[in-house]
Amino acid sequence: MTRSVWLALSLLIAAPLAASDDISSDRQRELRNLLIQDCGSCHGLKMRGGLGPALVPHMLQGKSADYLSSVILDGRPGTAMPPWRPLLSPVEARWMADMLLQGIAQ
Amino acid sequence: MNRFSCCFLLALLSGSTAAARGTGDLGLFVERASGSVQIIETSGNTSIGRIEGLGDLSHASVVYSRDARYAYLFGRDGGLSKLDILDVELSGRTLQSGNSIGGAISQDGRLVAVSNYKPGGVKVFHADTLELVADIPATFGDAGQLSKVIGLVDAPGQKFVFALWDAGEIWVLDMSDLANPSIEKFTGIGRNPYDALITPDGRYYIAGLFGEDGMALLDLWNPAAGVTRILPNYGKGEQKLPVYKMPHLEGWAVAGDLAFVPAVGRHEVLVINMRTWQEAARIKVHGQPIFVMARPDGRQVWVNFALPDNDTIQVIDTQALAVIRQLKPGKGVLHMEFEPRGEEVWLSVRDENRVEIYDTSTFERKSSIPATKPSGIFFTSRAHRIGL
Repeated sequence: MTRSVWLALSLLIAAPLAASDDISSDRQRELRNLLIQDCGSCHGLKMRGGLGPALVPHMLQGKSADYLSSVILDGRPGTAMPPWRPLLSPVEARWMADMLLQGIAQ
Repeated sequence: MNRFSCCFLLALLSGSTAAARGTGDLGLFVERASGSVQIIETSGNTSIGRIEGLGDLSHASVVYSRDARYAYLFGRDGGLSKLDILDVELSGRTLQSGNSIGGAISQDGRLVAVSNYKPGGVKVFHADTLELVADIPATFGDAGQLSKVIGLVDAPGQKFVFALWDAGEIWVLDMSDLANPSIEKFTGIGRNPYDALITPDGRYYIAGLFGEDGMALLDLWNPAAGVTRILPNYGKGEQKLPVYKMPHLEGWAVAGDLAFVPAVGRHEVLVINMRTWQEAARIKVHGQPIFVMARPDGRQVWVNFALPDNDTIQVIDTQALAVIRQLKPGKGVLHMEFEPRGEEVWLSVRDENRVEIYDTSTFERKSSIPATKPSGIFFTSRAHRIGL
């Protein structure tokens, strides 16, 4: 394996861990607002559900942050969940997935 | 008259003068994150006060009692609150379900109905006491599943009409005999109705479909004719954009024979000829429309948009069928409400924490009211309109 592939791999692995460092605190504030206000339009401001399912931590048990980020980025075809990739980077989606798993109330 | 009784009389007089006030220029807006509303008046464009402790108000909406004193507020968390807007206080509240989406008030003003996501169905309450009158689970399929209910409106004849998101059905609930509510069901109306409206004359109920193209139309004057599909070919085979917010079909933007509705997943407003129910035009707009609302005289239609274009408003001239103005009130323009005769419009600008008031002829901002994450705005002029 060439060195560049190793580099790319290690970057891939490191990216999610470095997520919150890569997002400015202004952008984190925007993302939090987006999560509560805009995701909240369908999932409830307290993530207790609406047109979309509840996203409180105990409802997400067994779901990984990777899985949640992929749903955020690519949506769920055939449902009302849209792909957010045009508006969010993978790092940002991962940050939001982590927020959901922690619970947004904190 | 002695001095004491004179003072007493004066106090009585001044007391009653202070209390006497009409409600025709009152209204409220929802502060969705803090679970509160601000009561406002549109003569001087001021805030009168705030009522707090109303729960999760994402997507909260309001209908008014026929005396236009009480607002019934439908909260996301299933809370039904009765607000006295004259005395600016909560006068009743019940947690009637786990998760609700909206409601309606009956023709005679005596019943308030709520549409629920969980458990899916409609509950009907006495408007005075908020006591339960009828519980209508939205069951469908062989296994008796419950559907989320959307697009609940009142209709003439003590009826409520609503649609079932999961089942693709429209139900007409007749409450004229309180002890024996009757339901007429229309099945197979299309996949995932997301919202619905009734025309201002109470005749046509129209549900927008998220799961497929077109809209489902029910003529309440001729229910035996069943539900027909309108705009069936609209958008077939075209790639839709991601829908970051469901459009709303609140009210009915009508000018002459033309109706204006938001297209789903497209940067367009659809114009429908209401005589033929055919598409009359498509107007290109700035983003995906959410609310498409006519000024009360029908000369203008104001449009707001989903993310990432929710900082913008566009105004359509209904004669020219063209956008004549673009405004940038700020990030998160969620809702708009015209004053009863349309000379001013109120806009909630969520992320700027302001409600803005614009002149609809000059398009100038006239005033601004500080608010906490404002969303829906509702004026008492709705009290006397069918379907609102």
